[in-house]
Amino acid sequence: MEYAAGVDVGSTQTKSVIVDEEGRIVARALVDTGANVIQAAENAFRRSLDSGGIAGGEVRCVVGTGYGRYKVTFGHTQVTEISCHGRGAAHMFPETRTVLDMGGQDTKAIRVSENGEIVDFCMNDKCAAGTGRFLGAASSALEIPLDQLGPTALRGERPVKISTTCTVFAESEILSWLGKGKKIEDILLGVHKSIAARASGLVRRVGIEDQVTFTGGVARNTAMIATLEERLGTRLNVSEESHYMGALGAALFALDRVESEGTPVGTREEQA
Amino acid sequence: MTETATSGADTDAATRPPADTAMEAVSTAEIVGRGNTDGNRLFKEWFAGLDRAAEEGRGAAYVFVMGSLTELLRCFDFPVVFPEINSLQTAVRHLAPELLNEAEDYGYSPDICGYVKADVATQLRGGTHPMGTIPKPAVTVCTNACNTYIKWAEIWERMYETPTFVVDVPGSRSAGEAFSTSDRAFANDRAYVETQLRDLIPRLEEISGVPFDIGRLRERLGWTNEMRRAWTRVLELNRSRPALFNALTDGTVYLGVANGLRATPEAAAYFRDLVEELEHRREQGIGTLPEELHRLIFVGVPCYPIFRRFGELFTEWGGVFVSSTYMHFASGGANAGPEYDLDRPLESLAEGLLAQTRAAMDSMFFQTDALLEMVDHYQADGIVYHPIKSCRTVSTGLADNRRAVMERRDVPSLFIESDMMDQRVVSEAQLKNRIDAFFEGLESRRLKSGTTT
Repeated sequence: MEYAAGVDVGSTQTKSVIVDEEGRIVARALVDTGANVIQAAENAFRRSLDSGGIAGGEVRCVVGTGYGRYKVTFGHTQVTEISCHGRGAAHMFPETRTVLDMGGQDTKAIRVSENGEIVDFCMNDKCAAGTGRFLGAASSALEIPLDQLGPTALRGERPVKISTTCTVFAESEILSWLGKGKKIEDILLGVHKSIAARASGLVRRVGIEDQVTFTGGVARNTAMIATLEERLGTRLNVSEESHYMGALGAALFALDRVESEGTPVGTREEQA
Repeated sequence: MTETATSGADTDAATRPPADTAMEAVSTAEIVGRGNTDGNRLFKEWFAGLDRAAEEGRGAAYVFVMGSLTELLRCFDFPVVFPEINSLQTAVRHLAPELLNEAEDYGYSPDICGYVKADVATQLRGGTHPMGTIPKPAVTVCTNACNTYIKWAEIWERMYETPTFVVDVPGSRSAGEAFSTSDRAFANDRAYVETQLRDLIPRLEEISGVPFDIGRLRERLGWTNEMRRAWTRVLELNRSRPALFNALTDGTVYLGVANGLRATPEAAAYFRDLVEELEHRREQGIGTLPEELHRLIFVGVPCYPIFRRFGELFTEWGGVFVSSTYMHFASGGANAGPEYDLDRPLESLAEGLLAQTRAAMDSMFFQTDALLEMVDHYQADGIVYHPIKSCRTVSTGLADNRRAVMERRDVPSLFIESDMMDQRVVSEAQLKNRIDAFFEGLESRRLKSGTTT
C-alpha cells in the first residue's frame, strides 16, 4: 500500500494526516507545537505513522502546510494552509463553496470553486481578535478549560457585550464583567458572539455562498458553531476531522504529486 | 535585479528584422541595466545637490509628486525638494522606525501618514537624512490633490514661517475619459488654474529674487515634453513578453528620476537612453526575470520598509509586475494630458497641471475601467492590491474597486495590506502566506490552461 501525508504546523498545534491512494484518512495525530517547530512536525508525523501502523517508506510524498510549513524538513514541498483548508473542506463536503477556518491566531475565510480551487480568501490582519487566541484569553481569565467553554456559553441567556477588539484587553474586560456580577455563561456567550461577529465579517468580505464549511481547532467548540450559524444565517458543515482539515488538504496535494509525478518512495529524511 | 536572456516574443516579433549577433553581444553588455545604474546615480546626484544647497543655506521649494510645478519653480533657481521621496528613502534605508517614533514622541498619532511623521522628525533633526542634508523650505507649492499636502505644509509654516501657496485644482468625475482642451468646462477650469499661477509668479520672484523669464519656462517645458514622450514609451514597451522591467522595483527607480529631475535636460536624456535600452531588450528578448510565469498589475504604493524582500515574494514565483497604478499617479501625471504647447507656456502649464492632477487623483475614484484596460493591454494574469495604513487617499476605494473588477472579469486578484513607511504594520510572514496562496491559485490556473513559458 502507498500513502501520502500532510503535516500542518500551526501556531498552537501541529497536525499530521496520512491518506491512502483513494484519499481516505487512514491515520492522524496532533501534538502541541511548542518552541521546537521542527521537532513538533517530526513528532506529529511519527505519531500518525504509529497510529496507522504505517512504515515511513510507505509514504511517498509529504506536504507541509501552516505557518511552520518550511520547518517540515522531511517534506517534499509546501502549500499554504489557505489552499489546504479549501482543498480539505471541499474533499469532506463536496458542495462546499465557502470555508471558515478558525485557528489559534488566524481566522480565514476562503471561497472555493466547484472543483475545490481557491477563488478568493481573506484573513485577519495583525490582530488576534476573532481567533482561537481570544477564547484562550477567556479560558485563562475565567479559569475554565478550553473544551468546556462552548458548553458553558450555551447555557448563557443574556450575553454581555464585549466591546474590545483586542485579545490582550479581552481578559481585563471579562474580569470587569465578573466584577459587575455577570454570570460566567453570559460572559462566555458574549465572548463567542464577539468572535462570531469578527469572523463573519471576514466571510462577508469573500462572499457567503452555500455550503459553508467550518474548519480549524475552534470548530470543535459547539457555542462557536451556534453563534456563527446565527450570525451568518446558514448551517455550517462541521466534520469530526475539522481540526485536521489543513493537514488533510496537504495530504491530498501530496497525493496529487504522487499521481502526477511519481515522487520517490520515502520521505526526504529517509531518502537521505 | 536578475538580468537574464530568455526566449520570448512580443506582439510584433514577426516583423522584427534579424539581429546582428556580433553587435548584440557588445551592445547588450553596454546597455542592459543602464537604466537602473544611471537612475540610481542621477538620484544620488540630485540629493548631493540638495545637500550642497543646504550647506550654502539656500532655501528650497518644497513640492509633492502630484502637481509639482517643477518647470516653473526651476525658473527661479530653487532647489526642488520632494518630502514624500525623502520619507520613503528613510523607509528603504531602515531609518523610518526611529523617525516615526520621534514624531510620535513629539505628539503625532500612530495613525498619521508615515511620510509626514518621517519628515517631521527629519526637520526636527535639522534636515539630517541618509541621502544628505535636506535644505529648509523657502516656499511650499502644492495642490489640493491630497488634503494631507496642505496640512503638511502648515507644519513647515509653523516651523519656519514658510509661505505656502496652494493651487486649487478643480476636480472632475470623468475618470478615464479623454478630455478635449477645447471643451468649455475644461477651458474655464484651465483659466482658473492659470490665474492662480499668474498670482504665484510675483510671489516666487519676491522670495527668490530672480525675475521670471518666460523663455526659461519654455525651455523647461520642452525638457518635460521630451521626458513624457519617453515615459509613455517606457510604459508601452512593457507590453512585451517577457516583460522588460518590473514596474514595482525598476519602476520605482524610473519614478525617482521622473520626479526629482523633472524639467531638466538630464531627465530628458535619461529617459531617451532608457527607451533605447528597453527597445534593445525587446529586440533581444531580454526579460527582467529568468523565467516569467505570471504577469501582474500592482495597485497602490510599494511596501518600502521591506522593499527588496517585498518584490522577491513575487519574483520567486516567476511573477513580474508589468505595470502599476503607481507609475501613473506617482509620476506626477507624466504621461497624462497633452504635451506642453511651447507657444503658450503659462496657459499650457496650467492645462498640464489640471490634466495631470486629474489623471493622478480623480481616476482613483473610478479605477475599474482603467484597471481592466491595463489587464488587457499588458495581458496580465492577475492584479495585486496593496492598500496602506498611512494613506487613505490611495487606499480607501481599493476594496470596492476590487469587488467591481471581480464582478466584471474573471481575473484573479490579491488584497494585501501593510504600509509604505511603518514597519510595525508590516508582517512579512503574513504577507508571504497570502502571496503564496495567490500564486498557488495562479499556478493551478496556468497549468490547467496549458500555458507554458
